Amino acid sequence: MHSSVETLVHVENVEKTFRRGSEEIHVLSEMNLEVPTGEFLALMGPSGSGKTTLLNLIGGLDRPTRGSVTIAGDRIDKLPDRQLAAWRARHVGLVFQFYNLLPVLSAERNVELPLLLTHLSKAERREHVKTALDVVGLSHRTRHFPRTLSGGEQQRVGIARAIVTDPTLLLCDEPTGDLDRRSGDEILGLLQALNREHGKTIVMVTHDPHASARATRTLYLDKGRFSAEKPE
Amino acid sequence: MKYVSLVWSNLRRKRLRTGLTVLSIFIAFVLFGLLCTIKEAFTAGVTLAGADRLISRHKVSLIMTLPESYARRMARIPGVASAVHLTWFNGIYQDEPKNFFGSFPVSDPTAYFDLYPEFLLPTEQEEAWLKTRTGAVVGRSLADRFHWKIGDRVPLKSPIWPRAAEEAWEFDIVGIFDGANRATDTSGFYFRYDYFDEARANGKGQVGWFVVRADDPDRADEIARAVDAEFANSPYETKTEPEGAFAQGFVQQIGDIGAILMAILSAVFFTILLIAGNTMAQAVRERTMELGLLKALGFTNGLVLALVLAESCLIATAGGFAGLAVAWLATVGGSPIPSVLPVFFLPAKYVAMGAVLVFALGVVTGILPALEAMRLRIATALRRQG
Ligand SMILES: Nc1ncnc2c1ncn2[C@@H]1O[C@H](COP(=O)(O)OP(=O)(O)OP(=O)(O)O)[C@@H](O)[C@H]1O
Ligand SMILES: [Mg+2]
Repeated sequence: MHSSVETLVHVENVEKTFRRGSEEIHVLSEMNLEVPTGEFLALMGPSGSGKTTLLNLIGGLDRPTRGSVTIAGDRIDKLPDRQLAAWRARHVGLVFQFYNLLPVLSAERNVELPLLLTHLSKAERREHVKTALDVVGLSHRTRHFPRTLSGGEQQRVGIARAIVTDPTLLLCDEPTGDLDRRSGDEILGLLQALNREHGKTIVMVTHDPHASARATRTLYLDKGRFSAEKPE
Repeated sequence: MKYVSLVWSNLRRKRLRTGLTVLSIFIAFVLFGLLCTIKEAFTAGVTLAGADRLISRHKVSLIMTLPESYARRMARIPGVASAVHLTWFNGIYQDEPKNFFGSFPVSDPTAYFDLYPEFLLPTEQEEAWLKTRTGAVVGRSLADRFHWKIGDRVPLKSPIWPRAAEEAWEFDIVGIFDGANRATDTSGFYFRYDYFDEARANGKGQVGWFVVRADDPDRADEIARAVDAEFANSPYETKTEPEGAFAQGFVQQIGDIGAILMAILSAVFFTILLIAGNTMAQAVRERTMELGLLKALGFTNGLVLALVLAESCLIATAGGFAGLAVAWLATVGGSPIPSVLPVFFLPAKYVAMGAVLVFALGVVTGILPALEAMRLRIATALRRQG
């Protein structure tokens, strides 16, 4: 492929159109983006500008209408459904604004979920889960259920779940959007550490300038296109 | 295997709803087991009839008698291997009308037990019977019902056949026969015709019906016609038919049990289908985000489909197998009304049918929600949040 060795994410001429009845909604147009390995990229922009949509395309959760998405040399937009699912399990960690934990599972079992898809034994899974919960500083809360945890703690569980498979790429959609300043800062510190100390490549969508300040680069999205400047 | 606890956790989410659904399936399968047992009890005689046995009775009615001498004439008809006669005795034990059971004088003990190979009588007991004029042979379930043992002397009264000497009839139990399988009716009481005929006050020489053995089961119908032809235009004309048809006639007097039970069961299962189907539909709908998340994590569409199906099958098996087990336990103790339904058990074929129904219920109630879960688009499912 024509992406250089250091380019992990390569989005080329991507267009994304949703169809709502007879109406076509152009969400992304002429989208080009390169994210080098090891970058902590922040994506900002007004609501409805297409940030989540772009993140979904990079994470293989959705497919572009036109253009290509290449991650570490793989044309993921061309992968059949089954292979794409396997690719996600291996390469992508996802962190959401509302944590998206399963309420019926304890913290450790939530973190274990992505490992169910691997060939790891039960003991190995437990080991990985413990490591991930250690990294996010929640080793004392492993048996707790999501409803008994604070928002910040739930998001730590969410991050532990995202990193437990040691993915190539971490995608975070407004990870601090539902948290107060203090918890938000802790989460951002954690992401920053993952980026700096563990070399994780992170793409993070955020509305919060405090959050984007932690990133190594910030891009602004407006009406489905990148704009050079921060829009007013 | 590692996904089982995930399915299990989901079932515990709405414990009351899961519990009520399991309970309703449980009740449906208890009902299924009991109704199948009852159906079997009513039709046991029909399905177990030997193909080579014909019943020959008075042409007008079963309650009218025939001359004893017919036995010899029947035996001479080509194709007839043997002919044994029985009479409805209607014996009552201890003057208690509810202590009622089938009791019959039999013309030829040896020939009779040859006719019914499903009655297992030890040889030495059969020999004892031939030696004991007042001897009686009873089935296992009847012996158990009244705690009779070999050597017991049992007095019976018959409203139809008073004894010439007026006191009760007395019988010595000389044998107890077992059934070759569980569907064999072992509630009968058999005694010797020579004793009976000599001691009865009236109707000497008159007997109830004949069991005729055809030497070729394939020619049974032809032989039945030959028997009836032999006695045509006599004062005692006969009606001869295969034993299965004879028993069928009995059952049809009660009504078509099978059809009634099928109607009840269909209604029950239709209701259960709606209840369990609704539970699964709700379970999937309220979990849209979670299912989307599993897919985002890399769970394939097929795996998500399987997880939802596993859930509905688990609900169905929990309730269904518990219900079948309880129905089986309830019938294993024997008949609650042995005088009416002597054969009373849940046959293995209905247990197997129940098991198939359990899985069918699980799949049918789960398949639509499972397909819905499978088709869910990740991006859309994850947006439905906050
Ligand atoms: N599945 C879909 N069907 C139809 N329209 C969609 C779909 N997904 C997104 N859209 C539309 O695409 C546009 C961009 O949505 P997107 O979620 O990417 O915005 P966003 O930048 O993440 O906004 P926010 O900051 O509010 O999260 C919106 O107008 C949205 O309504
Ligand atoms: Mg968004």
